[in-house]
Amino acid sequence: MTDIWFFAALTLAMLGLGFAAARWRRPARPHSLEEWGVGGRAFGNWVTWFLLGGSMYTAYTFVAVPAATYGVGAIGFFAVPFAVITTPMMYLISTRAWSVSHVHGFVTSAEFARARFGSRGLAALIALTGIAATMPYIAVQLIALQAILKSAGVPGEWPLLVAVVAVSLCTFRSGLRAPALLSIAKDVLLVWLVLSMAMVVAWSGGWRVAFERADRRLAFDASPVSGLLLPDNGRLGYFTLIIGSALAIFAYPHAVTGILAAKDRATIKRNAAAMPLYCLALGFMALLGIFAIGQGVRPVGGDLNTVMPQLFDVTLPAWSAGIAYAAIGVAALIPAAVMSIAAANLFTRSIYREYLRRNASEAEEATVSRYTSLLMKFGAVACIVAFDQQLSIELQLIGGVVILQTLPAVVAGLWTSWFHRFALAGGLLGGLAVGMLMLYQVPQRAADGRIVKAHFGGSSWPVGALGSVYIGLIALAVNVAVVVVATMAFKAMRVPAGRDLTRPEDYLADGDSPSLQRLDILVDGLPRAKVGAHAKDGG
Amino acid sequence: MSWRWLLVVPLVLPLLVTVYNRTEPRLWGVPFFYWAQMACALIAMVTITLVFQLEKRGPR
Repeated sequence: MTDIWFFAALTLAMLGLGFAAARWRRPARPHSLEEWGVGGRAFGNWVTWFLLGGSMYTAYTFVAVPAATYGVGAIGFFAVPFAVITTPMMYLISTRAWSVSHVHGFVTSAEFARARFGSRGLAALIALTGIAATMPYIAVQLIALQAILKSAGVPGEWPLLVAVVAVSLCTFRSGLRAPALLSIAKDVLLVWLVLSMAMVVAWSGGWRVAFERADRRLAFDASPVSGLLLPDNGRLGYFTLIIGSALAIFAYPHAVTGILAAKDRATIKRNAAAMPLYCLALGFMALLGIFAIGQGVRPVGGDLNTVMPQLFDVTLPAWSAGIAYAAIGVAALIPAAVMSIAAANLFTRSIYREYLRRNASEAEEATVSRYTSLLMKFGAVACIVAFDQQLSIELQLIGGVVILQTLPAVVAGLWTSWFHRFALAGGLLGGLAVGMLMLYQVPQRAADGRIVKAHFGGSSWPVGALGSVYIGLIALAVNVAVVVVATMAFKAMRVPAGRDLTRPEDYLADGDSPSLQRLDILVDGLPRAKVGAHAKDGG
Repeated sequence: MSWRWLLVVPLVLPLLVTVYNRTEPRLWGVPFFYWAQMACALIAMVTITLVFQLEKRGPR
């Protein structure tokens, strides 16, 4: 029981902190979307680092990745190289995205697409795609939290509901400041968790013993893919999964939100340099999945997501296990908060303001986002309470493929405006259709090859002797092909292209760039905000 | 020639699946497959810091 009390007390203390966050560095204009939705674009090196770590390295990752290495070994480790290659990409991509958003006052990438390709329909399409991909991502965070509760022996749905209500109120009040402050506190617990598990591993005979034991079990598994190394036909799948997942990160709305909250370009570059520390933590967690095999950990009711919580339960003293639970529990609530904020911003800026109320005031925007974020979180709870958990996991799998389809507009668009707006919309829809159709046809197989489930059983497409390819990448290839061919066709037919409202220097502008002040006058039809907190406090 | 080209190193290393898909040499009992990919994180950290510092000093 000690573990439950430690877990509950720590989680509550954290959420209290979230409430206090509203007062933390209180801005001059607390009721604008720039303040609520991207923290006034004022987060420095440290806060940005914790926030990005807290929103991208989610509890679901910390629970699902070790569950995968526990289940099949090497393939589950793909999350590590995937996380590593996002860091140099962040140095190159996110700095440009930050600059153009800073100059024009964007809080989401859908608004960027609107300004770059001059089409609000395209922006709405991207916003809807983003929301559809984010909702199940919030749900799987809550599933991770539920796995913790299950392991701690807390029955029923109400503790989950209590946690979500608490975090929703924090976010409603404090906006992005709440998850930012929470992630700092969470990382203290995470360091505790990593250090105590490192000691446990050392006392249990070290990694050599852990890998020997794991090898014994994985080698006897009936499944052809499991093992401590990748099978010959597993390498291509591993490779494409790394690339596909890494690209998807730059399209996910919640990752964009964390980036846009940074105060200047140097903050993003320094963060790209420090972000691999989280990759190491993730790698350690993945190794713990292997370690769990040798410790004789058995998942509760066959649910692999409980492997990590069960490992803490078996190897740590009760109070320390309580701290570990709290670390993962809060790590679930932070991304849930950031994701709901990101999705709410998408709705407010690209749908509400474009189609429902064209001249919504700043305060109105913030209010709409606040309520939309509530709706997102409770929608996710309703999803996992009302439907089978499996549905959320499937939807999250689909979500990765879905969000990748916005990549040509929101990432390639940072370098070129050559694409035609209608071609981008067509490519997005084409990619979605192909992705869905392929995912639908993938069955889930048990270890002995028997088909457990006929549809949406995975995201790998078999390609003969070579193994398999990540479906997201195939769909993206179709998408890009459509965009290129259709752009050429539209240009040949002289269909008018959208007006590009960005200028080349916008992509390099920094926090103190002189071009910032003049832009409201130069560009009409864009957010009239005086580019965030800086214009007001002169900082 | 921009210093940014150095970023190709941490971009490409984690993708060399065939190269690191092996057990030996082990490090503290951990097979090469696992520790090599984690070492890539350290390489990324060093490279990005280097690029950032060089860019700050030299002209873009």
